[in-house]
Amino acid sequence: MNQQAHTERSARAVRWLQHLFVRLGVLPFLLVLALIVFTALSGNFLTTDNLINVVRQSVYLTIVALGQMLALLTGGFDLSVGTIVALTSVVGATAMAAVSTASPDSVWLAIALGCLAGIAAGTLVGVTNGVGVAVFNVSPFMMTLGIASVGFGIALYMTSGMPVYGMPAQFGRVFGFGRFLGVPVPVFGAVIIVALTWVLVNRTALGRYFYAVGGNIKAAHLSGISTGRTLFLTYTLCGFLSSVCGMLLTARLETGEANIGHSLPLESIAACVIGGVSLRGGVGRVGNVVLGALFIGLVQNGMNLARIESYLQTVVLGVLLILAVIADQLRLRMMASMRD
Amino acid sequence: MSQSTGSQSGVPPPVDPALEAPPLVACRSIVKEYPGVTALDGVDFELRAGEVHVLFGENGAGKSTLISLLAGAQEPTSGEILVRGQPVQLTSVHRARALGISAVFQDFSLVPQLTVEQNLLLGAEPRRHGFLDRQAMRREAQAILDRLGFAIRPAEVVQHLSRAERQMVEIAKAFRTEPSVLVLDEPTASLTERETEQLFALIGSATARGVGVVYITHRISEIRRIGDRVTVLRDGHVVATVDGKSTSEDRLVELMTGRVIQDIYPSIAYQPGEVVLKIEKLTSQSRSVEDASIEVRAREIVGIAGLIGSGKSELGRVCFGLEPVASGRIWLHGQDVTGLTPSAMLSKGFFYLPPDRREEGLVLMRSCRENIALPSLRNEPIRRGAFLSIASERSLVQRLTERINLQPARPERDVGSFSGGNQQKVLLAKSLTRPVKLFVFDEPTVGVDVATRVAIYRFIGELCANGAAVLLISSDLPEVLHLSHRLYVMYRSRIQAEFSGADITEQNVLRHFFERRAA
Repeated sequence: MNQQAHTERSARAVRWLQHLFVRLGVLPFLLVLALIVFTALSGNFLTTDNLINVVRQSVYLTIVALGQMLALLTGGFDLSVGTIVALTSVVGATAMAAVSTASPDSVWLAIALGCLAGIAAGTLVGVTNGVGVAVFNVSPFMMTLGIASVGFGIALYMTSGMPVYGMPAQFGRVFGFGRFLGVPVPVFGAVIIVALTWVLVNRTALGRYFYAVGGNIKAAHLSGISTGRTLFLTYTLCGFLSSVCGMLLTARLETGEANIGHSLPLESIAACVIGGVSLRGGVGRVGNVVLGALFIGLVQNGMNLARIESYLQTVVLGVLLILAVIADQLRLRMMASMRD
Repeated sequence: MSQSTGSQSGVPPPVDPALEAPPLVACRSIVKEYPGVTALDGVDFELRAGEVHVLFGENGAGKSTLISLLAGAQEPTSGEILVRGQPVQLTSVHRARALGISAVFQDFSLVPQLTVEQNLLLGAEPRRHGFLDRQAMRREAQAILDRLGFAIRPAEVVQHLSRAERQMVEIAKAFRTEPSVLVLDEPTASLTERETEQLFALIGSATARGVGVVYITHRISEIRRIGDRVTVLRDGHVVATVDGKSTSEDRLVELMTGRVIQDIYPSIAYQPGEVVLKIEKLTSQSRSVEDASIEVRAREIVGIAGLIGSGKSELGRVCFGLEPVASGRIWLHGQDVTGLTPSAMLSKGFFYLPPDRREEGLVLMRSCRENIALPSLRNEPIRRGAFLSIASERSLVQRLTERINLQPARPERDVGSFSGGNQQKVLLAKSLTRPVKLFVFDEPTVGVDVATRVAIYRFIGELCANGAAVLLISSDLPEVLHLSHRLYVMYRSRIQAEFSGADITEQNVLRHFFERRAA
């Protein structure tokens, strides 16, 4: 009798977990698991300082992941986000250094012009992607893969592979390492971008169109939506967000680098997928993507503290990505069997 | 259960196997539960050899669940299934096939990139010396299609076929092997009359050979034609199993809905106003429409009938700017709108309802609310400056779901989880979010139950009475016959005939479906 009550209770718990899984996705489970594992592995993990550190380190991935989310929502993806970050960094740093040399006194003018140049360059790459996908109907895979190669080549060619020096020190001091009200400046930047993206996606017609175009492009077309314009803006915005990340990263590194951002396409897609964004388009939430990016930051930080070699870290990341996709499939199947 | 089938032991077969042998398939107290829902609650069902047993019921009554159990796609929570008197576990579609149960679902099981013949013989490719025998393959595929009378070329790639043609390939696939139980889920939903006739002839010859057919349909006329027995389901229960020939239409509808429906087609007053849509000598670039001239007036329902592929569907698409125009003019309220985009057409008060709601109509993974509001996000009241007002979107959608009587009204659920009838209602509600003067409905009731059908007809009637012009394109002949004030018949891309008022009869219309007879 007691036995029976016990099995019944555990059956109910399993069902409750299943419901939770179907409703929320795999992310909460992964977060709890990561917290437990890394707390066990390292005593320094679960401290306020370290967690703030995690947030600061995750800023860059978060911003790129938001851009990637837009592309995924419309049923595509952007493999050139890493290239955009690199090109932004090189162009921005070069311009900033040039202005700074020409007029050493106007530091803030140099910073503003440098950022503008870098972001313009990165956004231009996004525009190119957008034109390819929306106007010429190139598949996002081919378009962004090709552009990734082009942009990376240009960034390397401009610098011969060497870091770009000569930016005003204030740039790194404020945007890379600065604090405002005790909070790192990059975190402020990220919070503003997250808020703006949330508004764009949830409270504007364009945001709704991302979902509609990714969910059913024909239905969107029949509902009077310009699907071409929507796709064009998707990749342009993704380029813009990636280039903002590029400038923030440049400030942190205090040099323009052509060799950054290699892992960003994978990591940003992983952050989105772990955050429940569907690879088939039409499904995804800003909040969950931010959590997905934080989760990856958390895992990387935890692995560093646990002294796991960086080569092995990429193995773990790849495995996590695949597990997240498998979990997504499982969830779809469970969802289907729950309704019908 | 003690009875032996005895067919293998040299005993001569009984005179009337339908009466002597145990039923081909029997379901005993079947229960199927999903978390939170009981889809089937103690269902008994029996299929005899040589009969067509119709499953009848509204969407969500449990028909689809029952056949998915029979086909082995799902397993019951409790209860047992017997095949020829033997209890069986239908753990997979493969297992069901091995027991002779073959199912044709509405969801297509075809590989779009492969040709018709490759799909038909998938998994059973004829081989010679270990290599594919392409000639034998062509021959076999052609033989199956010929036997069914389907005019489809075996070398055609499936993704280039229309929905109806794909449905035919699907049916052909089930008929390739000789099943003893054939499950057909609304096979005629996208077939023309002629193809339907062929299918019925085929079902007739199959049942004559002793095959049992489980047949799901929403069309009462089909029950009359081929149904031997009808099992009516409602809310997961069997309401009754009745004779297919002698039970009256009213009685069937009453059993299904639990209420009396006097009249399925509303009478719609005919007071035509000014010309809203005028098409002059329109030819599309793909030649799917040639030299077509029609007129639709305010407060008028104009029907277009014709076979699938006659160009009737394409006519609507060309008008709405979905297919390029080669020559001719389209006028909306006297204004030349030839070649405008769908978006421009919408803003001029032209609404087009696509024939395939899953393919073109709805964003399935998004909520009902978002789907309904989609065409009007840039208009008042949803638009507030640069932003969306979610509150006014909610109240608008709330009002519209009440207007179309969506039940259960769950505006935040994704429409993919809705029944076919409710999905169609959501599609209709989209048209109410903005002022519309011309509605083009392409197959507005495909695959929906009688109650929804009635609601949609009433809805169309109201639109018309309120001053809208309605162009109704439909393969459902009774539907266009009953609702249209005027009716055009299309054949091979051209307008073949025009009827109005009392001349709109089945005989008149059908005469123009095929080749024009010498007068």
